Amino acid sequence: MSSSSETHQSQHPAFYMVVVMLIIMAIGPIALMFVNSFKLDVDIISGTSGLLFLPTIQNYETALCDVLPYEMEHLDFCALKFGGAFVNSLVIALVSTILTLVIGCMAAYALVRFRFMGRDAVSGSTLMVRMVPPAVLLVPVFGLWNNEFCISKTSWLGSLIRDEFGGRGDVCLAGTHSGIILIYVAMNLPFVIWILQSFIVQVPRQLEEAARMDGAGPFQVFFKVVLPLIKPGLAAAAIFTFRIAWNEYLLASALSDRDTKTVPILIVNNMSEFNVEWGVIMATGMLLAIPPIIFTLFASRQIITGMTAGAVKG
Amino acid sequence: MSTATFNRLTPYLFLAPAVVIMALALLYPLGYMIYGSFRAWDPSQALGESTFVGLANYVTLWNDPSFHESAGVTLKFAASVVSVEMFIGVGLALLLDRNIRGMSVLRTLFILPMMIAPVVVGLIWRYMYHPSVGIFNNTLKSLGFESIDWLGQHALLAVILADIWQWTPFIFILSLAALQSLPRSALEAARIDGATAWQQIIHIKLPLMMPVLIVTGLLRLIDAFKVLEVILVMTEGGPGLSTEILALRISRTATEFRELGVAAAMSNYLLMMLLVLTVIMLAYNRVQEYRAARAIRIIEEDI
Repeated sequence: MSSSSETHQSQHPAFYMVVVMLIIMAIGPIALMFVNSFKLDVDIISGTSGLLFLPTIQNYETALCDVLPYEMEHLDFCALKFGGAFVNSLVIALVSTILTLVIGCMAAYALVRFRFMGRDAVSGSTLMVRMVPPAVLLVPVFGLWNNEFCISKTSWLGSLIRDEFGGRGDVCLAGTHSGIILIYVAMNLPFVIWILQSFIVQVPRQLEEAARMDGAGPFQVFFKVVLPLIKPGLAAAAIFTFRIAWNEYLLASALSDRDTKTVPILIVNNMSEFNVEWGVIMATGMLLAIPPIIFTLFASRQIITGMTAGAVKG
Repeated sequence: MSTATFNRLTPYLFLAPAVVIMALALLYPLGYMIYGSFRAWDPSQALGESTFVGLANYVTLWNDPSFHESAGVTLKFAASVVSVEMFIGVGLALLLDRNIRGMSVLRTLFILPMMIAPVVVGLIWRYMYHPSVGIFNNTLKSLGFESIDWLGQHALLAVILADIWQWTPFIFILSLAALQSLPRSALEAARIDGATAWQQIIHIKLPLMMPVLIVTGLLRLIDAFKVLEVILVMTEGGPGLSTEILALRISRTATEFRELGVAAAMSNYLLMMLLVLTVIMLAYNRVQEYRAARAIRIIEEDI
């Protein structure tokens, strides 16, 4: 890494012009969505561009009508159920992130400390998994989750679930939160293991041995000594996993049913209608974009670490 | 269980969950897909109930003109986005590799587009391309030009532009990191020998960055084959088949036409295509890495 010196070179004004143009190009479209999400459809369609409009949160109210506690005057029927979808998205993304981190961390630790596989083997398999497009997983996952990964309704556990939650047929993974979470965890594990491995390698062995001398078992050493030291790596891995689980559309749309739809699915469904309500759709898009934007603003260094680790050594 | 056995088992206990999940949810599905690609299989039946048809699915696709068109669109899309993004991204990295104030803010703003959901990216661009309310046509009209039918006649160009907006920053960030980790001695030596800025870029910086650039290009290429949501939201593959990339065609074959066997065979074709490209790029990377190492050696011997 280059050292960040205190003195900054002064540059030609044209250079700053280029930089400003680049910034506008990069965030302009997002800003446009942000502004439009506060406009009524009339204002969007009339094309009164610029900032001459009365901002309103009506679009957000329409989008979240099923969870907001009060009645809305502009709405007599709550057609969009985005509130429920947000809860689904949040549950799925958070649980997959936590599971991936815990499982990936343990695996990475075992790979480093007990020398099963070299780093080359892990990065090779990471690349192989990264090569598989979600569309390729669509067919087999749809088939398996619907037909093979099931518990018969006559078995003890199956009948228990059917009595408890209702429904017909065998109890299958498809249509449940766990079904979607399982595929997200599997998809993200190789990358997470690989990132965490590079952080765990840097933890000095002596520290662990000292803890072991004091009578700590392998699990205690892992949780009390190693975990606190690899926090930056955990942050990078968490953001990447959350981003994929939060943004993913294709597999979620194949595996979810009426009650487990996530936000991207609802956005796509509403976009394919003939008359797009731009204001509302922009508001939902904004709501979906907010968590990743917050992560980016607060943890851009970790994100860049995670991104460059793939290609740039050292 | 004694402590000693427990300690010996620890690594396996630590690895077990990851291995089980990946075997169950990645390897098994991939095997299942390969098996299914030899069968006439529709969503209402379990795979075991379907009939074995041999290579029929593969042959059908091989002779199917719309499959050819999809494959062509995929290759065109991937080749154009990767080459344009590499060109702009590396160019920007070379331009902005200076000690300026606020570089970290700049990088933060640049990574925003790739962090937000592809579905949202598609939504923003579909709005901007809109024939009557979109910002592009409004600007053209106010400047007195004809409006352009972005998502009709120029649909492929439109989705390529959206991808370039979203992913050029990726190349930029990686090339900037590569530039900043170049050996200072080599650059110093070139400067002392009186190399101009252009000469430094062409003879020193680019060749030394080459290994990283190839890996970056490879990662981008792989991801370009995965793009689906942006195109789905913007054009749904149309008009006609003009933007129907393979990933989209697979999902439509499976969900709309309900031909899981054919979709599985198509998935296999896509995987094979990716595998071949990856192997070629990695082999090329080996060659370039060797060359870069030799270049550094020669420069350092010169000093």
